[in-house]
Order: sequence, then C-alpha cells, then structure tokens
Amino acid sequence: MENEQNVLEIRGLRSYFFTEKGTVPAVDGIDLDIPRGKIVGLVGESGCGKSMTAKSIMGLLRAPGRIAGGSVLFEGRDLARLSDRELRRICGRDISMVFQEPMTSLNPVLKVGRQVRETLLVHDRSLNKQEARRQVIEMFAKVGIPEPERRYDCYPHELSGGLRQRVMIAMAMVCRPKLLIADEPTTALDVTIEAQILRLMRQLRDETGMSVLIITHNLGVVAELCDLVYVMYAGRIVEQAETFDLFDHTAHPYTRGLLASIPRIGANPDRLHTIPGVVPNLLHLPKGCAFCNRCELADEACRTASPELVEVGPRHKARCLRCQKGGNA
Amino acid sequence: MKSVLKRIVGTIPVLIGVVLLIFIMLRIIPGNAAAVLLGEHVDQATIDRLTQSMGLNDPVIVQFFKYIGNALQGDLGESYRYSRPVTEMILEAFPYTVELALLAALFAWVLGLAAGVVAAIRQNRLLDRLFMGASLMGVSMPIFMTSLLLQYFLAFRLEWFPLTMEQGSLVSMVLPAIALGWNSAGSVARMTRSSLIEVMQADYIDTARAKGLGRRAVILGHALKNSMLPVITMMALQLSSMLSGAVITESVFAIPGIGRLATTAINNRDMPVLQGTVLFTTVLVIAGNLLADLLYGVLDPRIRKEV
Repeated sequence: MENEQNVLEIRGLRSYFFTEKGTVPAVDGIDLDIPRGKIVGLVGESGCGKSMTAKSIMGLLRAPGRIAGGSVLFEGRDLARLSDRELRRICGRDISMVFQEPMTSLNPVLKVGRQVRETLLVHDRSLNKQEARRQVIEMFAKVGIPEPERRYDCYPHELSGGLRQRVMIAMAMVCRPKLLIADEPTTALDVTIEAQILRLMRQLRDETGMSVLIITHNLGVVAELCDLVYVMYAGRIVEQAETFDLFDHTAHPYTRGLLASIPRIGANPDRLHTIPGVVPNLLHLPKGCAFCNRCELADEACRTASPELVEVGPRHKARCLRCQKGGNA
Repeated sequence: MKSVLKRIVGTIPVLIGVVLLIFIMLRIIPGNAAAVLLGEHVDQATIDRLTQSMGLNDPVIVQFFKYIGNALQGDLGESYRYSRPVTEMILEAFPYTVELALLAALFAWVLGLAAGVVAAIRQNRLLDRLFMGASLMGVSMPIFMTSLLLQYFLAFRLEWFPLTMEQGSLVSMVLPAIALGWNSAGSVARMTRSSLIEVMQADYIDTARAKGLGRRAVILGHALKNSMLPVITMMALQLSSMLSGAVITESVFAIPGIGRLATTAINNRDMPVLQGTVLFTTVLVIAGNLLADLLYGVLDPRIRKEV
C-alpha cells in the first residue's frame, strides 16, 4: 500500500549488473521512502550503489545493468514496470535529476537556454517557444544566475562550474517537479559554491514544497540539508534515521566510521580517521555481514549470519547484529 | 570572420610549397618532352631546337618563377600534345568530375550515415552486423574491382545501365557514382557508428533522457550533432579527393574528367597538363580541408572561439 505521506516508495529494489564474470548486485533489495516536502539523504562510499539507485528510479541504467526486481512506487505507479515511453513522460516533469558533473552533463554544442527550454517543450507541446523562453529566463533568475537574458544564449563552456550547476538545477526545476533527485550535486564544485548550491536547494524546497533525494558521500552535506538519512553499504541500506538522531545516536559501526572521517577543527589534529580496508568486491561478498571484514566490533556471529535491518530506536533502523543484541553497539 | 580570413591566408605557404614540390618532381622524371612530342623519326638538331624554344634549357628556378607568375594569372601553360591552353582543358574536364563526385558523395553519405546510425542504435544486433559486414566489404574492395563487377552484372548482364558514360545522360553516371562512392560509404558508416556509440555514453545523454526525451529525440537532437565532428572531416576529405579526379573510375567508365586528363597527360609526357591538373587538384584538397575546419566551427561552439 502506498502511503499518502510519501511521494516515492522503493520496495525491495534490486539492480544488478549482468557481467561475464557473474552477477553484480549493485543494489540489493533496498526499501526507501521519500516523504512529501522532505529532503532525504542517501549516503555511502563510492561504489556502494547510491547512484545506481538514482539511475534505477529514472530508468537510466545501461546494459549490462538493469532492474532485477522490486518496485519504485510513484503516485500509485510502479516506475520499474513502466515502458520507456511512459517513464519519459514522468521524468523531467514530475521527477527530475541533477547530476554530479556540471562540466559534462550539459550538451557542449547547444546553448544552455535551449537545453533548459527543451524540458518545458517536451512535456507541454502546446507551449510556444517565446513563452518557454520567458519561463526559462525566469527560472534562471530564480536559481541565482546573474544576467539571465544574456546567459540564455551562452554555450556551456562559456559558464563557470557553479553557473553550470545552476543551469542544471534550473533544468530540473523548470517543470516544478514533485521530486528532485540530486546525485552528488556539489562534489565537483569548490566549497564556497557548494554552500551556495545547497542553500539554493533548500530554498527551492521551502518555496515549492517538493521532495528532494540527495545522494552524497559527505555527511557534512547531510547535516546541512537533510531531514532523513539512509546510509548505504555494499548495495544495502545499513542504517536509516532522522538526521539529528543519526548524528546523536549513531547505531551502525559503518556510520560511525563515516562520522569519524569528517575532519573537525580542533579535534585529533594529527591523523585523519579512515575506515580500514576497502569496499568489498560485490562479486565476492563476505558470508556474514558485508561490513564484517572492516568492522572493529565484528565477532564470529557477524562472519556467519547476515543481519537484518531492525528497529533500534524510534524511526531508526540499523543492519547490525551488535545493535540487535544490546541497543547501540 | 577574421579567423576565417586567417585560415585562408594560412593556406598560401602550403600552396607555394606544393607547387615547388610538383615542379621538382616532374623535372626529376627522365625523358625529354620535346623528343616525345616530335616522335621517333627526327634528328637530334630538331629536338634541340624545340627544347630551346620551349624554354626547357632555362635553369629550373627560372622556369619555376615563370610558371608561378603565369599560374597566378590563370595561365597554366599550353599542352605540348594538343597545343591548347591547359586552363581551358581543365575547365572543360572539370564539370564531368564534379558531376561524378557529387553523385558519388550523395550516394556515399546518404547510405553511409543512414547505415551508421541504424547500426549504432542496433549495436551488436543483426542489422548492425549486416551493415558493418557490408561496409567492411566497401572499405576493403578496390575501386577497379567494384567498377568491373558493377559493369559486368548491372550493365552487361542485366543491361540496366549503359556500360560507359554517355554525354548528357544522368543514368549513365549511376554506376560510376556507386563505384566511386562505395568505399566512402563504408568508411562513413563505420565512423558514424563508432562515433555515435561513443557519444551515447556521454553524461549529457543521461541528462537528455532524464529531461524526458525519447530515444529518437536524444539521438537526433543531442547525440548526432556531437558525433558528426569526426565524420564531417572525413567527408570533406572524401569530397576533395573525389573532385581531384577519380583516376580509375574515370578510366573504366570512359568519363573525360580530371582523372582522365591526368592519366592521358602522363602517357603523353604532356608536362604542362600534368602539372596543371596536379596543381588544380591540390588547391581543391586544400579548399576541402579549409571547408572541414570551418564546418567544425559551425558544429562545435568551443572550436569557433579558438580558431
């Protein structure tokens, strides 16, 4: 049953790469809810499956990758089962996406205004070009692009990285979507621009009431922006909580590792904390908990049994045997 | 505009260099034009007299500057064999070559682009393999063989087309155009396919899909223009090389174009004609390259700025 509170509900989503060496479970059965008007963070290291999740929602997986099971419910429809034609009608209008690399995500041979205008025109055939142009320029102004009239006729290479990302956001916002998916929207930008872009996204959410799914490896971004957080590891959700709760009552050892890896002014000035080891090869996951080889708390039970995602507090779940035994590990 | 002018001026040294090279090479080839001209049964004195009057005894450097000076005024000398101005002969032959080249280019590009795009979309499926197999044949089959096969089957056996060119008949140009365009069609198809497949991996293709564009709109509106950059260069080179005279095709189908003019000139040791045709086709190739560069700028705004 779809909950009215949620704009998007992912249930048991599995997206696999079917390679010659075997099946890679990049996203392995995740549940994720995005409540209306909320900003949800999806956090994890590179290769944990967070971008795959976003691409699965938008139907952007490329062979050999594809959705192997589960559902993505949006307004009573399962996006995972729609034809490409039906999905394209939703993408860009109701659900839109901002990508990580503003340098390469805009078509280099087309003027940016035209690229944004195209989003309007493809979803509303009755719109004439002058009106569409007016709306684009209005949106440019709204996302803080100076001299929007002039920028309309610029090519991507004539704009800075920050401006290009604002163009991408304008493109995503121009049809007033119900859900905005932002895949590492600030990773390629420098810190001052990052702060501006994050502020812009929150402001747009406040004004329009849309929901946002923000994908990031940066817990600082989460603290800044998100209402809810999902932490992903090796294709699975390992912890989910409201943002404050996650920071105050961190349950999963992996989340703790991520938190400890944030450099803080004043604290442990000599060494930057890192999580030992690397993300496991998804073709050869450990038998028990996927994190056991890197976990300081792992014992024999962790290496044999795969833990379930269980409640560890109010609206707070974690996938860890140690948490299940005695509250916070 | 300024950049265009700069490019044009930049071709001048290339031209001078090419003329010098042609001039030297033709002087190295053994054989006295005067002797060839006069035939076998003449005495040495007559040959010497003619050599003298043709200016062949002048130092090469003098001949060179005389030639350049005249060429700049549109005078490429006079044919030894036919005693006609070379410029006139070239201008007479050129329309045939242009007709052949344009037809061949039309055939090659329409077919090549269509096959390349379809193959890219249907990557690794039946149509892709079929088209790529055919294009490999196109690329690797020598023109003389294609020409002879076409002539034998379509003209001689089936009698759908005339065997050789007939004045004023467009139908008689079909087989030569196919023969000449076949190779180019193959290369265009292969280049289009690989370029399009590469472009389809780009991030901005995901952006276009995320906007809600369907496959067709993504390919035609976003991918094709980007993928055409390398293909356009190749096309410009193909066209200029076709215009420079398809020596083999013109010979097989008896088309009195630039290529024929050059081969006949070689057989006759008709140096002014040979020199003239080589110079003329060089200018065409340089113009073709220039055109490709300029087209690049039209397609890619990033280059427009740099040129």
